[in-house]
Amino acid sequence: MTPNPAVQPSFASEHRSPVRGASGRWKAAGPAVLPLRYADASGVPKVALKGISLSYKTNDGSRLLALDNINLKVKPGEFLCIVGPSGCGKSTLLHLIAGLHPATSGNVLVDDKVVQGTGTDRILIFQELGLFPWLTVGQNVDFGMKMKAVSKAERREKTQYYLRLVHLSQFKDSYTHQLSGGMRQRVALARALATEPDVLLMDEPFAALDAQTRDLLHDELERIWAETGRTIIFVTHNVREAVRLGDRVALMTFRPGRVKREYLIDLPRPRVLEDTTVAKSAREILNDLREEINKSLEEQYGQKEVTA
Amino acid sequence: MKRFARHAIFYGVLIGIWVVLAKLKIWPPYVFPTPKGVMESLWAGFADHSFWIAIAVSMKRMLLGYSLSVVLGMVLGLGVASNKFLEETMGGLLVSLQSLPSICWLPLAVLWFGLTEKAILFVVVMGSLLSVTIAMETGRQQMPKIYGMAGRNLGAHGFKLFWYVLLPASLPFILSGLKQGWAFAWRSLISGEMIFVSLGLGQLLMMGRDLNDMSQVIAVMMLIIAIGYIVDGLVFKTIERRLQHKWGLAPA
Repeated sequence: MTPNPAVQPSFASEHRSPVRGASGRWKAAGPAVLPLRYADASGVPKVALKGISLSYKTNDGSRLLALDNINLKVKPGEFLCIVGPSGCGKSTLLHLIAGLHPATSGNVLVDDKVVQGTGTDRILIFQELGLFPWLTVGQNVDFGMKMKAVSKAERREKTQYYLRLVHLSQFKDSYTHQLSGGMRQRVALARALATEPDVLLMDEPFAALDAQTRDLLHDELERIWAETGRTIIFVTHNVREAVRLGDRVALMTFRPGRVKREYLIDLPRPRVLEDTTVAKSAREILNDLREEINKSLEEQYGQKEVTA
Repeated sequence: MKRFARHAIFYGVLIGIWVVLAKLKIWPPYVFPTPKGVMESLWAGFADHSFWIAIAVSMKRMLLGYSLSVVLGMVLGLGVASNKFLEETMGGLLVSLQSLPSICWLPLAVLWFGLTEKAILFVVVMGSLLSVTIAMETGRQQMPKIYGMAGRNLGAHGFKLFWYVLLPASLPFILSGLKQGWAFAWRSLISGEMIFVSLGLGQLLMMGRDLNDMSQVIAVMMLIIAIGYIVDGLVFKTIERRLQHKWGLAPA
């Protein structure tokens, strides 16, 4: 298997990837990191969406088709970004994959098995994060494991590991309101990772952050992704961000939401938002996206042209 | 310190007026007691343990009745909040029932349970149940939906979801209702205890009346106020402060 170019050896010694030992007990691995992400060569997609549609009744009684026959496959360890104009249903799609709402029709498959309802194999990081304000940072990270009835010792160990992974070890006993926006993002990331999901679903996680913090978190997310080998589905309205992070970008149409096109982003990692190659790929996608944005504006404001 | 001084002056003046009025002997002592008489009643009551016993008995009833109504109220409130039909029908009934003073349940309780412990407990529960239920219902609705979704997303279901997510998430929204429930329960308890030889604070009040002992009446009233104040000031204020600190709702 090809090694992942995104992996920087320098991180390997600092952060150890958790693995299960021969006894089945969780333990910190040695410096050898990765790539879990290409470990599965069976060709079975980690996540497959088959004919997902969603319609709901609007206030005036008519039915609105929000998502229309979405078909997507995500490989194990792949980083898929979904972009689309606001209101195209991309967040809703993530909620469906997470099992928080049922789809009107179609199936979500994980490892070729249909999944229903929520499951800790798919963890969603909400746009609003949804961190629990009555718990400390450490207790937030611990929460998912506690629900899974993981043993206390293991929980403590893993909480520490994941807090270290997102550089928040010294904030273990803080409450979330005491942290900055970027730090809260990292708590949400650690909380999601601590349940050790196969699939990480991220809903515009960096939209509300300032540019500097966002750049930093891009680097960290890329690093953590490489280290933990998770499959990530990342929703954003920012095309550049999608190109910066994704192995592949799927563009969604505006109402009803369909997958319009998929783009393979074959740029070497680590990437930088300012790279001309990133900008060039982004421009290509942006041209297609603009068409959809126009449609959405037309519907919302009766306005047609959007330039630049 | 300044705050303390203002309080000291206020109460000093109040007691001063009382002393002067009592000294003037406008009314007989069974109508208007002297501060000295009240102090003596307090002293005697604690000395012969009758006040201690009354406090213990009343608090036991309070804890039992209030816990019962908190548990029942939470279940009811959650049920009403999570079911559209119940919300429409029962929600309205609960609000209208709340306009009924809890002492109105007393005749019914006496007919059902007789002059027993159960009758008093019933009145206490009925006094606070509705406040707790309505608080739970509105708390559940005001609570941001995201917490429930995040909880489910992280693998919490059923009772775990309720206990570890929904309940703590709605606590800031139901705390004032719980507090109100306590106050109502306290009032109902004292009224309930007045009806028969029940050993509680309410009965001590009635005993004072029966003996034309105004000093005891005032002394017991002071006790009732003090206990209510202590529970509100110590228990609920502490919980409130800790919640606010945790949630970042107020400066620590």
